[in-house]
Amino acid sequence: MTATEERRAAGGPGGTLTEMAWDPITRIIGNLGIYTKIDFANREVVECHTTSSLFRGYSVFMKGKDPRDAGFITSRICGICGDNHTTCSVYAQNMAYGIKNPPLGEWIINLGEAAEYMFDHTLFQDNLVFVDFCEAMVRQTNPSVLARAENTEAPNRNIHGYRTIADLMRAFNPFEGEIYKEALRVSRVTREMFCLMEGRHVHPSTVYPGGVGTMPEPTVFTDYLSRLISILDFIKQAVAMNDDIFNFWYQALPGYEEVGRRRVLLGCWGAFQDPEVVDYRYETMTEWGRAMYVTPGIVVDDQLITTDLIDINLGIRILLGSSYYRDWVDEEPFVTRDPLGNPVDIRHPWNQTTLPDPGKRDFNDKYSWVMSPRWFHKETGEHLALDTGGGCFARLYVTALANMVNTPYVKSTGHSVQISLPKSEKLPEMTFEWRIPPWSNAIERDRSRAYFIAYAAAMALYFLERAMERVRGGDMKVFTNFEVPDEAIGCGFHEAVRGVLSHHLVIRDGKIANYHPYPPTPWNGSPRDSFGTPGPYEDAIQNTPIFEENGPDDFKGIDIMRAVRSFDPCLPCGVHMYVGGGRTLKKIHSPMFGASHG
Amino acid sequence: MRRGTGNTDTRSSAETSRTTGFDEITILWISEGMSCDGDSVAMTASDRPSIEDIVLGLVPGLPKVNLYNKVLSPTVGGEEFLAPYRMAARGEMAEPFILVIEGSIPNEKINGDGYWSSFGNDEITGEPLTLNWWIDHLAPKAWAVMAVGTCATYGGIHAMAGNPTGCMGLADYLGWDFRSWGGLPIINVPGCPIQPENFMETLTWVLYHAAGSAPPPPLDSMLRPQWLFGKTVHEGCDRGSYFEQGDFAQDYNSPKCQVKIGCWGPVVNCNVPKRGWMGGIGGCPNVGGICIGCTMPGFPDKFMPFMDAPPGSSLSSMLIKPYGVFIRRMRGFTNVTTNKEPKWHHNRPILTSGYDPRWRPGVTPAQVR
Repeated sequence: MTATEERRAAGGPGGTLTEMAWDPITRIIGNLGIYTKIDFANREVVECHTTSSLFRGYSVFMKGKDPRDAGFITSRICGICGDNHTTCSVYAQNMAYGIKNPPLGEWIINLGEAAEYMFDHTLFQDNLVFVDFCEAMVRQTNPSVLARAENTEAPNRNIHGYRTIADLMRAFNPFEGEIYKEALRVSRVTREMFCLMEGRHVHPSTVYPGGVGTMPEPTVFTDYLSRLISILDFIKQAVAMNDDIFNFWYQALPGYEEVGRRRVLLGCWGAFQDPEVVDYRYETMTEWGRAMYVTPGIVVDDQLITTDLIDINLGIRILLGSSYYRDWVDEEPFVTRDPLGNPVDIRHPWNQTTLPDPGKRDFNDKYSWVMSPRWFHKETGEHLALDTGGGCFARLYVTALANMVNTPYVKSTGHSVQISLPKSEKLPEMTFEWRIPPWSNAIERDRSRAYFIAYAAAMALYFLERAMERVRGGDMKVFTNFEVPDEAIGCGFHEAVRGVLSHHLVIRDGKIANYHPYPPTPWNGSPRDSFGTPGPYEDAIQNTPIFEENGPDDFKGIDIMRAVRSFDPCLPCGVHMYVGGGRTLKKIHSPMFGASHG
Repeated sequence: MRRGTGNTDTRSSAETSRTTGFDEITILWISEGMSCDGDSVAMTASDRPSIEDIVLGLVPGLPKVNLYNKVLSPTVGGEEFLAPYRMAARGEMAEPFILVIEGSIPNEKINGDGYWSSFGNDEITGEPLTLNWWIDHLAPKAWAVMAVGTCATYGGIHAMAGNPTGCMGLADYLGWDFRSWGGLPIINVPGCPIQPENFMETLTWVLYHAAGSAPPPPLDSMLRPQWLFGKTVHEGCDRGSYFEQGDFAQDYNSPKCQVKIGCWGPVVNCNVPKRGWMGGIGGCPNVGGICIGCTMPGFPDKFMPFMDAPPGSSLSSMLIKPYGVFIRRMRGFTNVTTNKEPKWHHNRPILTSGYDPRWRPGVTPAQVR
């Protein structure tokens, strides 16, 4: 636990530490608790531990089941991005079965996933994250910031129509603010778009290994397109509003860039297959991975160290730290070599045997259900605790640096991503440019979400054009038939809305012998691993400065909450961790903000 | 206005005693079962009515509603969020409350000192409070109890064969004859996830009942709203006429009836093909997605492998024209089976799901270690 000790030493001499806990955290999906030690004299979080409290056992109960059921089952891992699991499972199964989706089926999946990004990022950003930045909240935590916002004109007011920053903040007040309500409405329109392509939200009905069952009639695409056009104004305004609020935050609270900041260690596993390139063969995965419309890759300290999915795959390690599992290193491995003959580590998901071993919470021994996924960087020998920046941040970062995406609507430049949206009801054609910011912090993770909604909308326009071209040319094929082989392996890489998603599958005797989904939250929310390296949430919250004006007695922890919510925590992904000292926690009872409307 | 104090002496039959309703009611929603929070998310998809319509009091004749739900809570979390739950558990909540449970109920009797799912910590010991503790303390004091989604109603995906947690539905946990303080059985709204409007419509009916202006919602023997789950998928499916013509899809490219490629619609109680998934859009077999029985007590085990033809479907599809009455009876048998939960859904202190984390094909099942 060397990292912890260093952190502790950095806590500032003379400061008295106050223990504070928030469990459960609201406005996220799943169970998450935050346990901190705060140095109020020096206005800093000195130590943070995150805990979750749910174990369901997918990798255990999928054993022995029919592999074709995997997409239906794994969708149920997550109630907000379940379809990302289904899609990832289809990718992994296609590899195992030696098939690919017909191009039209692939465009339909891309359209469904684009709608999912638009829906999920909108609901999370405007209805969950922005409550932390709304007038009702800031009035309680930072009245001086609100006062300044009342007198600050919004630079983009000609786009979004709100005169001052405070007007914008009022529009985000829960259940009552205009933007809050409009975002709920848009989240329904985008979910309808999703349902047109994948049948049902959030657990799709029409997505199968080998393609989709969606009827590719012109009407389906017309209904999608008309809805997309109807929300373009909202999407453009959202980018402008986010820029206004976040730029204001940096000005009003100098030093806010340190909130939730951590080293740039980002992973993105790529999204949106190009049906002209992808064949789902492991041997060619490097090529078709690089053809994806969101580029896969890993960034370490501003450097793009790989865009190769085979490298990414082989570097994944699942570490145990202090979790309620027995180690599997003595179990028989399933896959010792990948299809190219490269050795596969026993700590790779293909070889993992999940052996749950529930016990009492013992902070000196086992206290956590989650394992710690890390990426082994063979050049340095480090096990990197990558984060996803809430998904959107890493996707834009990697795509910008990789300079591989070039479509009429979205272009990577090597240092930025340019996103063009056509004329809409109120606003003209607009091009937004997301530039790599100097920090990986709470505000930049949040800001990137608005840009990625625009990215997904722009790509959806492209996918629609490709799909309608095929339909008009008489192509109606959306599904490829297949046989399940007796023995096979597969892997799928995708981007869940909040970040990296991989599925690893081993088939024996035509049944699932091993299946391991690794969604973003185990990466982001992992506890200290066997090397003592803290997980990204913990790492980002430790050393976060405190800007809240309240003292310890009426402290809400708003800066800490902004830091953790910026990662878009989604705990059903299987996180279960608790790290703490077992000391009596000081309980803080805060005023009941928002109690009147629940 | 009658107030819910948790005193069981005031319990009485809903039909006879309630002449006046409540002006205000609280919804305590707990999604800390074995769930994905997908029902909370799906609930926000409904606009008929929408959750904000209910919270803002836009539906005439309903009590004022205080909603507590983790996903939508304006609080930052922690004790501020837990306060109303703790108050209700102590029996101190002034107004009556509806307890909504999302997710299946783990069996906490089989894991020694460990726990599967918790919701906040004990105020004195700091140990996690299990979902089961909350149900034990809140259900007896609740004016009404609703189970949202197939996990909470019947166990669902997480109660699949081989599961490690021994989880089950709420009625398996509380007992099928459970009655709330308001004299109501558990109100089950199954679906994986819930069809958004099905849930909001049921909740609205319950709220009208709370207001004193409606009888309790009519439920079937599996405690589902009758008007939503009284018909089968097949009876509402616009591909049904292909079945009638004996014209079946051979793969998923086809717009025809999908019973030969995995659709269980003929024996599944659900209205989705008729209602669509949301706002009349989407669905299952009506838009090319096989019905995998996700609303059913027997889900998922009795429907797997999902992509194979259900047993009996070849007979029924062969005999379709001359023997309609016979088919209806045969389907009746399958419907009865799929309307039963598997026998390992129980709260006894033993795990009987067939759990084997070291399972490999062709190997004698390892002893569960």
